[in-house]
Amino acid sequence: MLIRVCVNGDWREADAWEGTSLLSWLRDELRLVGSKNACEQGECGSCSMWLDGEMVCSCLVLAAQAHDRQVRTIESLSAGEQMHPVQEAFVHAGAVQCGFCTPGLVVAVVDLLDRDPDPDEINVREALSGNLCRCTGYQKIMDAVRLAAESRREAIG
Amino acid sequence: MNYYSPRTLEEALELRAAYPEAVPIAGGTDLMVQINFDVTRPGAVLDVSRLPELHALRIDNGMVTLGAGVTFTRIQRELPQLRALAEASRSVGSPQIRNRGTVGGNLGTASPAGDALPVLATHDAEIGLVSAARGERWVPWDGFLVGVKRNTLEPDELILAVRWLAATGPQSFSKIGTRNAMVISVAALCFVLDQPTRRARVALGSVAPTVVRAPDAEAMLEAELVGAGAWDDFSAPLPAGVGDAFAERVAAAADPIDDVRGTAEYRRHGIRVLARRALGWAMSARSEAMAL
Amino acid sequence: MSTSLHERTRERIGENVRRIDGIPKTTGSFAYGSDQWHDGMLWGATLRSPHPHARIRRIDVGDALVSAGVQAVLTHEDVPGKKTYGLEIADQPVLPWDVVMHVGQPVAIVAAETPELAKRAASKIHVEYEPRESVLDMVAALDPAAPKLHHWGNVLRHVRIEHGDPDAKADVWIEGYYETAMQDQAALGPEAGIAIPAEDGGIDLIVSTQWLHADRQQIAPVLDLPEERVRMTLAGVGGAFGSREDLHMQIHACMLAMRTGRPVKMSYGREESFLSHVHRHPSRVWLRTGASRDGQLVSIRGRIVVDGGAFASSTSAVIANATTFLSGPYDVPNALLEGTAVYTNNPPCGAMRGFGAPQVCFAHEANLDRLARELGLDPVELRLRNAVSIGSVLPTGQVIRGSAPTRAVIERCRDLPMPESDVPARRHAMTFPGGAGNVCHGEGLRQGVGFAFGYKNVAYSEGFDDFHQARVTLSAGANGPVAEIHTAGVECGQGFSTIVAQIAREELGIQDVVLHTADTQVESAGSTSASRQTVMGGGAVQMACRAVAEVLFARALPGLQQEGTLGLADGQVVANGAPIADLLDLLDEPVTVTRTFHHHATMGFDERGQGDIHWMFSFGAQRAVVEVDEELGLVKVVQLASALDAGRALNPQAVEGQSEGGSAQGLGLALMEEIVLREGRIANASFTDYLIPTMLDMPPVVTTIVEDPEPNVAYGAKGIGEMATVVSTAAIVAAIRDATGRELRRAPVRPDDIVGLAEEREVPPWPPVPEVPGQRPMPEYFGAAPDQSELRPTT
Repeated sequence: MLIRVCVNGDWREADAWEGTSLLSWLRDELRLVGSKNACEQGECGSCSMWLDGEMVCSCLVLAAQAHDRQVRTIESLSAGEQMHPVQEAFVHAGAVQCGFCTPGLVVAVVDLLDRDPDPDEINVREALSGNLCRCTGYQKIMDAVRLAAESRREAIG
Repeated sequence: MNYYSPRTLEEALELRAAYPEAVPIAGGTDLMVQINFDVTRPGAVLDVSRLPELHALRIDNGMVTLGAGVTFTRIQRELPQLRALAEASRSVGSPQIRNRGTVGGNLGTASPAGDALPVLATHDAEIGLVSAARGERWVPWDGFLVGVKRNTLEPDELILAVRWLAATGPQSFSKIGTRNAMVISVAALCFVLDQPTRRARVALGSVAPTVVRAPDAEAMLEAELVGAGAWDDFSAPLPAGVGDAFAERVAAAADPIDDVRGTAEYRRHGIRVLARRALGWAMSARSEAMAL
Repeated sequence: MSTSLHERTRERIGENVRRIDGIPKTTGSFAYGSDQWHDGMLWGATLRSPHPHARIRRIDVGDALVSAGVQAVLTHEDVPGKKTYGLEIADQPVLPWDVVMHVGQPVAIVAAETPELAKRAASKIHVEYEPRESVLDMVAALDPAAPKLHHWGNVLRHVRIEHGDPDAKADVWIEGYYETAMQDQAALGPEAGIAIPAEDGGIDLIVSTQWLHADRQQIAPVLDLPEERVRMTLAGVGGAFGSREDLHMQIHACMLAMRTGRPVKMSYGREESFLSHVHRHPSRVWLRTGASRDGQLVSIRGRIVVDGGAFASSTSAVIANATTFLSGPYDVPNALLEGTAVYTNNPPCGAMRGFGAPQVCFAHEANLDRLARELGLDPVELRLRNAVSIGSVLPTGQVIRGSAPTRAVIERCRDLPMPESDVPARRHAMTFPGGAGNVCHGEGLRQGVGFAFGYKNVAYSEGFDDFHQARVTLSAGANGPVAEIHTAGVECGQGFSTIVAQIAREELGIQDVVLHTADTQVESAGSTSASRQTVMGGGAVQMACRAVAEVLFARALPGLQQEGTLGLADGQVVANGAPIADLLDLLDEPVTVTRTFHHHATMGFDERGQGDIHWMFSFGAQRAVVEVDEELGLVKVVQLASALDAGRALNPQAVEGQSEGGSAQGLGLALMEEIVLREGRIANASFTDYLIPTMLDMPPVVTTIVEDPEPNVAYGAKGIGEMATVVSTAAIVAAIRDATGRELRRAPVRPDDIVGLAEEREVPPWPPVPEVPGQRPMPEYFGAAPDQSELRPTT
């Protein structure tokens, strides 16, 4: 079926098998491969993105369910060399190793800080418990969140 | 695979009647796993995620009505005063999952591990089902959940909502898993002390083919609470040994199996521990409330 | 007039340099194997065996061939050249023709227009199997009455190390028996890549792997192509930890591409990923530790058995490693250490971070803790009393040379600050064991502290010619001199690509470094494993840069011999500290140098297990603090404190990253990770039931880096990628024993074990020692050297 979604501000459409997940549709039909496919069952968060402003695991959303809706992916957070402060923080803090979990984590951290600009440690860990990382042990990801929250506070002034 | 996307409940029910083999999908947190892993290839899906009628959420005179499409995130945000339900919602997966998962989904899947189900059971909730042919009917939770992943939904019905009388009194939800987050429960327990009706209610998850209550344990506890005068005096303690006896009876209500997540023996043991603790938390909460 | 940069070169060795691939990884533009794309590409799918052991009677592809969108269905009949492949022994069929040896073994492959159509077609391939009796237990495999998976039996290798007098008397003996489960690397990136047929009849392969050249060496003969026509390029790698050392979809994608004439992409889902790669060997260890009253180790007798599964993979090297480390990093004057690796019909096991060392560390540290208790000694003091040092003789007779700061590693770990504790009432509910499950508000909590010390080799052993080639080109760029580094070294997340850029800046005194994509246009870099790439790749890049420098010196001072005082700094040639030329003025012609770094030779075991088996050793220690809910048997790890022997930290932030991430995998094996097998089938091949630590499971990790330079390697830097994983499981389980008093012989520890519900199983007797012709892997005694395909399981 033909599926039409507003992706990162642009209306896009592509044909796909009805059982295709939103993640597969974006990756395989639209070539937006920033969101990752590590588990296909909502356990790892590597496919995290926003559907009508709510963060979801896109592997658990039927592409058809996103028809006529707004989707924002990792690709929306940067433009050319200009990175989102959360992305900056990840690189600066050494929170990126293989990087496979990184796009999903960046989305989850942006989502967290948008809702709770000054989270304490346990709230951060709880909010990010749906994002698995196999490389970092999460330590520097915590550092990155702290850094991003600080720079957000400084930017807002 | 056919995909149906009704905009109204009426439309949805017509489609449901016309295509009973179409599997309803809302948040997709159960069905999509099946599809992605090639376990299931339904001939059709019926997308109920856009139906406004399933998103109702209200409390009238203490009667809570929760639409089948209300997500766990919304429950956390809008019903924090329903503590057990809020705790159960918080324990579900991750923020991503909570933004999509629904109580209706828990009911539709009817797994004994569904996190919201012990909460519904302790509140003697009723499940609202609706069809084009017969309209609405309300079924008690234990008339709906009848086996492992089996419910009594008719092929032309959709789950509309769930309703129950909110309890007044301490309540908690706990679930054991072998890591600190993102687990399908090895054993789960919901405990409610309802002051107005002087009832104690406890329900167990993941330790039987369906969620179960522990009526023996409840009756025993209610009698002890009466005997201790605890319903009227919130600081009155229960006699020594009641906690253990209660826990023992709750554990006896479990009928667990061994599986890849845990052994039957551990599950029973876990329930025993959770029951004793939940009772302790409830009694402490009451005496603290008294002290305030 | 050239503009030269006299600014101080930044981002050199020793600094926390930002990852060179950090931006693409955080913005989502970094292309992994699973992100590859090519116009006209097809998707491949694999049909896998449902049986652990079965004869194949018939394969019928008729229905699959006519399935929608299908372009090819291939079986063993379609293998162009050599029929088998393998890392050490070529015993794995590309596609089997007579027998399947494990559940999940690939049987047939399909190429179709979409992934869905490929999967559907694969399900229409009909295979008639005749199930046969399976061997599913590693000790039962040693029983002479067990079904023989090879004509000589089921032993893959038995190693025996004799040292001193194994009958030496000791005052105190500790008898221990330990088990570790099958662990999975669970790298987040799936096995994936794309094969593109080329006009010259060759093939271009873009794939996530750990060793391009070893892959090519196995792929080319199967495709009946010379190696030069199999061109491999590294795709982004989403973690590895050993799971990508063996081939996965490479040959299959190539075969499908060559048959269809179209590019073929294969990307495994998570379940298939579990089925398709090797796992960590489950182990059973019998260990007898003897000591004097004052805590000196006198004698150790040990036996380790590991389950290698259906095919050899790198099991032979794993058992050699494990056996050499069985007595631990301690001075032990007398030892008899034996290790046995068996074949079974379980899923194959192979490389995983630690490579045999975590399993034996779990055992030797547990025995030492019991010894400490028996003797009334502090456990850390006992380690200090016995730790090896320079000049120590290991049970293999190898003398420890180079760097071995064992005292510093142990003491600095011990001295790391303990975590601050908070009154239960003030703690957030989620910080108790059980986390988000709300099962504990502070009841029944016991704290425990555990310590573990361990070691392993860096780089390859047993005489393997371990090398890494690097090509460095220095040229004049628009903004100044630019160095391009070209190696086949795989960046799998550990930070190799950043390190080599730092080295180039350090050596050449320039700022701009670009990395050529890793591919087969240079010679082998060896695998990214064995904690070896910083040492080997760093060594090669340093050598090449120094050779570039020599060329520049000659250009700066042609004809003049000036020894020892020339250098490169900040974009200039300096003599006796004073600048004498701008690099840009010397780079009308670029300079290209290729160098290959080999390490010091090692050797194999003699008949008594003696020999300089390894090259370099790295040591690590960890202290774990845990909190246990004794009633529910749930554990919260409160802190992990790690000391790593790094020689020199070229990028301290990256070293910490290895400490933290490595500890997470150790925590996983300690508490929650286990591949559950039921009749040879993986029962939990998903992230729902194979649990890896989440952010709520991992504690803060504090790391101290001990820098005692290793001689003969670039900057004295050692490899540290595996060390935290080697010691972490042992430390955490030791802490749980401290908290609960339970024996806990097995990892992962289950709530049932802590609560006391698990049956008290009797310690099994030491298994029989198999009769073997010698120390080498059995297939070699039957004519199979590496690359031999004649060896096939005969059943």
